[in-house]
Parts: sequence; C-alpha cells; structure tokens
Amino acid sequence: MALLQIDNLTVEFETSSGWFRAVDGVSVSVNSGEVLAIVGESGSGKSVAMLAVMGLLPWTAKITADRMLFEGRDIQNISPGERRKLIGKDIAMIFQEPVASLNPCFTVGFQIEEVLRIHLGLDKQARRARAIELFNQVGLPNPEERLNHFPHQMSGGQCQRVMIAIAIACNPKLLIADEPTTALDVTIQKQILDLLMALQARNGMGLIMITHDMGVVAETADRVIVQYKGRKMEEADVLTLFENPKSNYTKALLAALPENATGDRLTTVSDFFDGTPEPAETRV
Amino acid sequence: MTDHDTNIMLEVRDIRRDYELPGGLFKPKKIIHAVKGVSFALERGKTLAIVGESGCGKSTLARMLTFIDEPTGGDLIIDGKKTDTRPGHLTKEMRQKVQIVFQNPYGSLNPRQKIGDVLGEPLLINTDMSSAERRDRANEMLVKVGLGPEHFNRYPHMFSGGQRQRIAIARALMLNPKLLVLDEPVSALDLSVQAQVLNLLADLQDEFGLTYVFISHDLSVVRYIADEVMVMYFGEAVEHGTREEVFSDPKHEYTRTLFAATPRADLESIRRRVAGKKATSAA
Repeated sequence: MALLQIDNLTVEFETSSGWFRAVDGVSVSVNSGEVLAIVGESGSGKSVAMLAVMGLLPWTAKITADRMLFEGRDIQNISPGERRKLIGKDIAMIFQEPVASLNPCFTVGFQIEEVLRIHLGLDKQARRARAIELFNQVGLPNPEERLNHFPHQMSGGQCQRVMIAIAIACNPKLLIADEPTTALDVTIQKQILDLLMALQARNGMGLIMITHDMGVVAETADRVIVQYKGRKMEEADVLTLFENPKSNYTKALLAALPENATGDRLTTVSDFFDGTPEPAETRV
Repeated sequence: MTDHDTNIMLEVRDIRRDYELPGGLFKPKKIIHAVKGVSFALERGKTLAIVGESGCGKSTLARMLTFIDEPTGGDLIIDGKKTDTRPGHLTKEMRQKVQIVFQNPYGSLNPRQKIGDVLGEPLLINTDMSSAERRDRANEMLVKVGLGPEHFNRYPHMFSGGQRQRIAIARALMLNPKLLVLDEPVSALDLSVQAQVLNLLADLQDEFGLTYVFISHDLSVVRYIADEVMVMYFGEAVEHGTREEVFSDPKHEYTRTLFAATPRADLESIRRRVAGKKATSAA
C-alpha cells in the first residue's frame, strides 16, 4: 500500500473570469522510503497540489479528488481537529523561504519545543533534550546556545536547518519539501540536500521534493513527476526521464538547461511545441 | 595610449568598500570590509561573470561599478577615463555609459508607473528629447527586447516575470550604455524563461557591442554566457581567468568547493547515484 495515494486531484480558484484550474487531474503516490520529485515552473500547480494534501489552502479553493489516502486513511473529508493531529506529526512540510516561515517573535527553541509539546506531550526536560538532539542531527553547532536564538540571528541556511529539525521532530512518515534550497547558495544547497537525503535514508520516510531545478532532481529523486499548467506531463523513474524523455515538455525543459546548450543559442520551450504540450504515458 | 588600452572597456584597480556599523554606549564602532581590494580589466564586447555566495561582496562591487555606492578606495576607469565617483562629480555622460539590471524584476519596477514611462524616464532625466521622440525610442526598444508597442500603456503587474525582466533590460538600454551590469538577472526566472532571457542578452550584446558584467551564483549559466570568470570569497577575488581556465583547472580551494556543490544533471552522475542507493538499501 502506498504511503500517500492521490487520484485525480483537481484544485480550482474562483477568479473574476470564472473558475481557474490550478491543478487538473493529477495523481500522485509515494511509498515509504521513496523520494518523489515534482518538477515544474511557477504556476504549474506543483505547490498547490501539496498544499491541498496538507489542508493549507484557503477555503475559497475548490478541491476535488477521487481518492486522497494517507496510510489507507481518507484525508479529504477529515475533520479539522483530526487533521491537526496528523499534520506536523505524520506529515510534515518544509517551505521555500526559511527566514519567512519561522516566527520572528519567538526563539527557535520555543518553536521546536512547541511541536514536541503539542504532538508528543513531552515534559519540559524531555522537550529540551529532544530539541538539542534534533539540532545535533541537522548539524547546528552549539545547540544548547542556539535554542535561545531568534530567527534573525541566524543565516538562511541555519534557519532552513531549524525548519528541517521542526519538520522531523515527530519522526514523520512523509516529508514534503517545497523548494527547500531555492533561496540558498549552492554550497549551502549541497549541505541541505545531503542532510535531507541522509535523514530520509535513516528514518525511511517518504519524501516529496517540489522543485524547478533539474539539477536538484538529478541529485535526489527516485521517481519524477513533471507538471505543466496544472497537468501531469510525464511520470518516470529518474534515469528513464533524463535518458529518454517522452513528453515534448520534458524534452524542452532538459534542452533549456544551460549545460546542454549546443552552439550559440539555448533551446527554448517554444522551439518544441506550439500551444499546449501533450502528456506522455506513465512509465514507472 | 596603446591600442591595447583603448580596447579595455572597464578597469578596476584595487577597489575597496568598507561599511561602518555605528557603535553603542558600550559597543565600539565596527567596520565591515565588504570588498577588500579587487582589480581587473575587461575588454570591449566581452562578458565577465562574477561568482560567489551571498555576502561575498559581489553585489557591492556591482553597486560601485554603477555609481550607486561610492568606493572607499581604489580607481574605477571606464572607457579609458578615470571616474571621479564623489557625489556631485559624476557627469551625465558617465551615467549614460553604465547601466544596471537587478535580480528581482518584481521589485525593480515601480508598480504605479506605466511601462512607457519606465522606459522614457532615463531619457527625460538625461537628455533633451521631446516626448514624441521619447515615445518612439521606447517603442523601438520594446520591439528589440521581444515585446511590442501594445505594451506601452500597461502596468508592471500585467506582465510575467520573464517579460518584466525584458522591460528592466529595455530600461537599462534606453541610454545606449556601453557597459551593462547584470546582478543575477535570471535567478528569479523559470528554466524555460531563463533560456529566453539569456538568448536575448546574447543577441543584444552582438547588436549593440555591449560589455557585460554578469553576477551570478549559478555556475551552469556562467559557463554558458561568460568569456571571463572571477570568483569572489569574503570580499576578495580568489580566482580570475578565462572561462576555460577556471572551469577546467580551478586553482583556489573555494572554487573547487563551489564546483563540487553544483548539482550534476548528466546521465553518468544519475546512474552512479541510483546504483549507490540500490547497493546501500540491499546491504
């Protein structure tokens, strides 16, 4: 049984010119211990689909799906209270802007202990010990001292480490990372990706990497979903996708990588198709 | 001056910039050396890429090249003339020679200004053109960067990120500059749009004979666009050479770290990683 199973997910928003379909019939499934990458450019609906899973979309969004199961349990028509017990404990998420997603008014120690208090009900000493352990795990130096720091006293890479520590605090079964390294430098990106992969391998989590960077996909994913304008263009395991892309859109994306440039000009997406590209069949 | 000298568009000699952090009652004043003496020369029509992580001083350098920040020390020689960068000593001609394109096209355009006014403003300030002439020039430039005259009366929010970056590039080119400083011009853009903007920059360089200083942290982009590469680390230029030299034989420790950290998307590396993962999970 898949850890997360979503069939035919559609998310719509009402605009002045009618309903806008941000996600159009996308199916996603992840197993424990698997790394799935969802790739697409901005507006492709890759984040919105995962926010729908987390229940973080505004009430104005219309979410429909044939099935949304986490460990075989329906999470589509779940009560808000039940959802709160699940989110942050069994399913956790990391966001793109680490500095913006931490609360600037509280110390990072408070923010990580809050998770441990609410989800695990640990007492004060146990919380502190676990927080120090987590900070050690994510490679933050001087964890005891670090706990009393505010987010503004840390760099972007350190804040992202704190975010990861908070996300893995309750040993989640599924971790969703939404562009976890986009705001970071290459050298820091490498460290964070290595950290995520190590944690994933050790805890056997399912990991969904949302990204627009084909390099990140190549370095992390087992399986890849390519999304464009809310539709799934292609799904394949990572090697197949890079070796033998089927959909026009994937071909265009790979050709637009500067390292694949031939001659003077880069190939652009419009060189590959006019209008809408056609999705290719799933090959897993 | 020799022939060689006249072919140099931009020369920077031991340029420095310090920022002073004011002290408090018990805290002494602190001086941050953002750029600690950088020197280089760049030929006409070439592209110099400056690479480094955040906080290494590459944007400060860009600000000094475009006269936004005054250097604390060192010389800035543009088009064979030593530039007096003290406030009030800059001439309009100097300002016309150098223009800048910023990283975030969402932040660098005034949301309340129509595109036509965005493009016309440099001409209004720096030249005596009539409004009809300014309008013609703006329309011409819109076509050059791949937009059209129909975009003249629109506001920035009506454009996508890639289109806005085209507008920012058009604005920078309005005064026919010779040197264009591009501060991470494609890092906020999607891969497919990034390719279009990079192609546009290459075309414009050929058409106007522009010299580019291209600031980036993305090595794959740098490898594609640069003639020369300079790597900065903590305010110092730790490596400088032609693209081939730097990429094939990096000398400095930091450059090697940077190359090692760049994600690789070639099949060989993926195959190796997938095989490695299978081996560990089987064990």
